Amino acid sequence: MTTWNSWLFWPNSVALSVLALAVLAMLFLYAARKPMHGVIHSVCALLSQSTRFIARWLFLCADNLKLRNQSVLLAHGQENQVTVIEREFERVGNMVRKDMQEFPALQRRMMEEATRIEEDYRKCGEIPPPPPEWVSALQSVAKIKTGGDIPRKLLEDINKSIQKIHDQTVAEFRRSYEERHKILQAMQPSWRSLEKMAGEMDKKMLTLQTDAKQIDGHMGKLQDIKAKDNKTEHALTVSGFVQLAISSLVMVIALGGAFINYKLIALPMSEMVGASDYITNSLKTSDVAALVIILMEASMGLFLLESLRITQLFPRIASMDDRMRQRLMYASLIFLVILAAIESSLALMRDILVADKVSLMRDLTSAAPAGSDGLLTSIPMIGQMIMGFVLPFALAFVAIPLESAVYSMRTVLGVFLVQAMRGLGFLLRFTGLLLKRLPKVLELAYDVLIVIPLLIERWVIGMRAGSPGAGNTEDKEISKLRRAA
Amino acid sequence: MNKFLTLLIVSFGMILVSACGDSRIHSHAVYMLVDTSGTYAQEMNKASKIVNYLLATLNPGDSLAVAKVETRSFTEKDIIAKVTFDKRPSQATSQKRRFKNNIEVFAKQVKGSAYTDITGGLIQGAEYLNETKAGIKTIVVFSDMQQELGKGTIRDFPIRLDGIRIVALNVTKLGTDNADPRRYLDRLAQWEASVRKAGATDWVVVNDLENNIESILATR
Repeated sequence: MTTWNSWLFWPNSVALSVLALAVLAMLFLYAARKPMHGVIHSVCALLSQSTRFIARWLFLCADNLKLRNQSVLLAHGQENQVTVIEREFERVGNMVRKDMQEFPALQRRMMEEATRIEEDYRKCGEIPPPPPEWVSALQSVAKIKTGGDIPRKLLEDINKSIQKIHDQTVAEFRRSYEERHKILQAMQPSWRSLEKMAGEMDKKMLTLQTDAKQIDGHMGKLQDIKAKDNKTEHALTVSGFVQLAISSLVMVIALGGAFINYKLIALPMSEMVGASDYITNSLKTSDVAALVIILMEASMGLFLLESLRITQLFPRIASMDDRMRQRLMYASLIFLVILAAIESSLALMRDILVADKVSLMRDLTSAAPAGSDGLLTSIPMIGQMIMGFVLPFALAFVAIPLESAVYSMRTVLGVFLVQAMRGLGFLLRFTGLLLKRLPKVLELAYDVLIVIPLLIERWVIGMRAGSPGAGNTEDKEISKLRRAA
Repeated sequence: MNKFLTLLIVSFGMILVSACGDSRIHSHAVYMLVDTSGTYAQEMNKASKIVNYLLATLNPGDSLAVAKVETRSFTEKDIIAKVTFDKRPSQATSQKRRFKNNIEVFAKQVKGSAYTDITGGLIQGAEYLNETKAGIKTIVVFSDMQQELGKGTIRDFPIRLDGIRIVALNVTKLGTDNADPRRYLDRLAQWEASVRKAGATDWVVVNDLENNIESILATR
């Protein structure tokens, strides 16, 4: 109230004082009109240009970042594709090497089979029965002109001989056919073997053909990547998002496993490092120790998979010579086994501690001891021990989704960053546009405040000029001010 | 390879260094005074239950002492049993069992005393608790809070109970309290005023031991 009063010229008549203040303010604002307009213009222009400049810079940065993302994405995609093609070639190479190694033996076997079949075929050729000799004898007897007993006897003898020879020939013919049938029967396995070999060859050829098609597909993708095709880039980006989602899901599952693991060893760790030691107000040393054990297990798993070349997070390990890499693999495996054994024994200790505490509580409450069933009580204990041993190895595999998440995170973050920069750039550009139009509005608003002095000014100018043109201009100005008001 | 070895050494180092943190600030120390004067000695069974509750609730690293309130209680001789639990849970459990046995033995052969020197017990308790350097210190007084001092026992001087919670348990009403409840209320008010004046952080009265026993110990 006192503050207000100090502004009033005549505290007893507030309205008059306010009016006087308004008039003074109006006069001051009228006097400062041109500089104020200049200030409004300058400030707005400065802000507008700044925002436009920043927006342009953001768009430029977004473009650069997009290019960088693109090159990283394509390089990574190319690397992956090359690895896939290399592995496909290696697989096909192994297959071809193995098959080609078998091919001479197979060919030899086929040739042998073919020769055997040929020989058998030749053997089973039909041999015509020898021409009957008795036909010429019969012709000679028929030429004898004198009849009598001699030709009849001869004919009877011939008949007997013919009968005998005929029987022999038929028997021989049957035996020969039997032999040929046997040979043909013996040829059957050879035919089947040949058919089987041909089938195997056919199958291998088909597999090879499928692999070749797959390689063709991979090569096509590689060519697309090298050609920096937009479609391929989009596919790789989408693949990055999918990879991140999948690996995140797997990592969440692994996190659940790690939590169970942590719960399993946190209590017994207090037996090793003390239950009453704290690192901070609420962080127990035993809890941190349990966490460190779990993280070490994960690290060992990471090194193990890295040294097995399943993951490639550390180029240093990937570039190690095979002997060193093998040593690292054994070291990681031994550490992992030791940690798993420690965890298993901690799980056993946990069970003992819990049982001891339950027993104490029973003593303190003077309750009757619970009947113990050996098998039932030992099942959870054995289960805990097995879990304690197995979980570290299961946790080791978290390195695979971790690698996937690390690589895909780069793509996803890059895309989000580009979009964020573009969004911000758009907002700044829009703000710049508004700021460009704002001086006009502010000018008019300012003029509204000093509308009375302006009207007087126009009137005076009009009076002095006295010309109709000037009057028109004045009218226009006044109507403009009115509209603004 | 050297990098990995360094990482491993750092991880093991973290475990070793973290094991050296100051634990006392987080520990809890409880000094329980058990009134053995006159008819109150019959309440020993309830006192045993309270001790059992404390044993069940206190953690490794915490301290517990049980002392009797006698004619003159400012002496270590009145401490029935005292223990600072081992940091290892298995050892702490064994200590708790031994402590419980000691209290059971005492409960069987308790003898009533002629006078009740609660103030002396409080001074002795404060001394013990301060020595433990525990973060949370509590004196539990299992008594009717009716102090009766023998001839020559001087307790009308200011005492120091800085940073200590005082919990009065099972404050039974005397025959005279029933006739004039103001005597009971005044007695409690006087004790509260005197312990707060001595610097106690809290004054709690727990009579419903069945439902309100959790109030004995402050949350960590």
